[in-house]
Amino acid sequence: MGMNVKLAPSRRLAGISAIGALALTLAACGGSTPEGDATTSGAEGTELSGSIAGSGASSQENAVNGWLAGFTEANPGVDASYDPTGSGTGREQFLNGTVLFAGSDAAMDSEELAAGVERCFGGEVIELPLYISPIAVIYNLPGVDAEHVNMTQQTIAGIFAGEITNWNDAAIAESNPDVELPDMPIIPVNRSDDSGTTENFTEYLSAVAPDVWTYEAAGTWPIEGTQSGAQTSGVLEVINGAEGTIGYADASRAGELGTVAVGVGEEFVPFSPEAAAQIIDVSPAAADATDLRLTIDLARDTTESGTYPIVLVSYSIACSVYETEEDAANVAAYLSYVASPEAQDRAAQPDVAGSAPISDDLRTRVQAALDQITVAG
Amino acid sequence: MAPAPPSERPVVRTGRVPGRLGNRVFSGISTGAGILILVILAAVAAFLLIRAIPAFQASREDFADIDFMLGRDLWGFVGPLVFGTVISSTIALLVAVPLSIGIALFISHYAPRKLAQGLGYLIDLLAAIPSVIFGLWGIQWLQPLVSPLFSWLSENLGFIPLFTDYQAPARNIMTAGLVLAIMILPIITATIREVFLQTPRLHEEASLALGATRWEMIRQAVLPFGRSGIISASMLGMGRALGETMAVLMVLSPGYLINFFLLQPGQHQSIAANIASHFPEASGLGVDVLIASGFILFLLTFGVNLVARWIINRRAEFSGAN
Repeated sequence: MGMNVKLAPSRRLAGISAIGALALTLAACGGSTPEGDATTSGAEGTELSGSIAGSGASSQENAVNGWLAGFTEANPGVDASYDPTGSGTGREQFLNGTVLFAGSDAAMDSEELAAGVERCFGGEVIELPLYISPIAVIYNLPGVDAEHVNMTQQTIAGIFAGEITNWNDAAIAESNPDVELPDMPIIPVNRSDDSGTTENFTEYLSAVAPDVWTYEAAGTWPIEGTQSGAQTSGVLEVINGAEGTIGYADASRAGELGTVAVGVGEEFVPFSPEAAAQIIDVSPAAADATDLRLTIDLARDTTESGTYPIVLVSYSIACSVYETEEDAANVAAYLSYVASPEAQDRAAQPDVAGSAPISDDLRTRVQAALDQITVAG
Repeated sequence: MAPAPPSERPVVRTGRVPGRLGNRVFSGISTGAGILILVILAAVAAFLLIRAIPAFQASREDFADIDFMLGRDLWGFVGPLVFGTVISSTIALLVAVPLSIGIALFISHYAPRKLAQGLGYLIDLLAAIPSVIFGLWGIQWLQPLVSPLFSWLSENLGFIPLFTDYQAPARNIMTAGLVLAIMILPIITATIREVFLQTPRLHEEASLALGATRWEMIRQAVLPFGRSGIISASMLGMGRALGETMAVLMVLSPGYLINFFLLQPGQHQSIAANIASHFPEASGLGVDVLIASGFILFLLTFGVNLVARWIINRRAEFSGAN
């Protein structure tokens, strides 16, 4: 990391000893830290320099933080940052040129894509599904020992639509012959704010059980009078706050809570990175997808064995044309790193983001899109 | 001014008069500061109004695309929010004002001087706690604590609509009101305490001399004198409660309904918490709608303060302060 220490003369002595201590610490940190003159940047590794700022979906935050750390380790000259402002704000900031890349849970609509041409200096918007995160259906039933409670698609929809109201309901018991379910009211919990998690979850419900879940997919929960919490941590607070609650959240945040094994075809699939990543492979491309916009229509109702269908796919958004050589090189290098197996595995660590690594096939297409990033003029 | 040193002939200064520049600068700065406040207020109001205009002009169909409005029109959306804001603040006031009067009386008239001082500082310290901390406290400590009470209320007094159908965890407007009550307690107590301390000594002594007990003296001398102070303190507190965002956002399961089911989740929401909740993902007209609701909150707080001023001015004549 580049450091710039300026000292007033009177403080110099104290400063020198502080630097000495720091140098010892740095030396102790080992190999990857650049040595020598602390004020020069990019001493080793690549010649990339400058800054790259992004903003957008908070769902990606943990993963992006991991990626930024990995990226700056390899490219100490680049000052990279990500502000989890939310997908909408991220797209807006990207389009008005505040940030170089954005993270968004939703693909851009046609209006935004049109605005993107101007922002991208006549180029196009690039959208890459680089973050795949399973959404777990979590419950708080301390008395139930089973690792997962099995639920069919209809059951999940029925519970969240408020039609199945007790844990000992026949619909749940049928799928769980070996589990003793308590006589306890079910308290469905949802996100109170607009979120990609809610949008993906309601999209799943309306795709798999349209007769039970009669609402449209939306970022805001469509039913009133429910228990809810702001952000993922808010939902977890509510679920932990009372027994009999059931909700949905980023699988990586499920913690000690029980998770539902979701009915797919004839079997029940608990969430796992592999099962979640598999849905990308079985899903078709979106109607307006191009070789730069790798947007997909998730096949939520898949019956493919071993596929976990409740996932959130968050896109990394960039330009195919940037104003300066530096920006173009930095963005291309960063996103290439994000698509690399190393970065994807890093984000998949449970203590980073618990996301599902993308497949090799997707990686090839992502790299082909990134190779088209150029400079304006 | 110090007297001039004695001298044989009067000293006439023709040069710079000391302090003239200082006076000019100071009066300029104070006038400027006064004007700046007005300009800032006007700028905030203008900003809110200008950004809100598209929302006021949009038709119901335009709002269909905004997820969080759940298919309502502007007033169908903002109305329940105004109601939620007012009801949470009202609960907070109902709890906080009697408590504050008690605390203030204790500090001003009952407690030994040393204890009173310490207690005063402690109350002021409460005001320094950030609202997010109150939110955490509400979730982690208050909710589990009030949950058995609420469920008892719901089971035994459930025939009263106010208390029907409690559902754990206690993320309802009642809990939000209680958290708000604790948050506005310091400002109300501090203001009331100051007013009570200003009760004319003569009034109190006259009352005691007539044989009144301490409680009777407080009723005869302190409370009538402090009435306008209590009202203005309550309004100050209400101002804070109306605009409180983080704590409400954290402890309340929101909803957009107008009813008095105080113990049910997902019924009410305050304007400020609603803005905080939906702003991050809002775009286009959605932002305008949120700003329009902010404009209405601005008017609401403004109105509350105006009414408070009016009451205080009207009462001032009878308060005995003169």
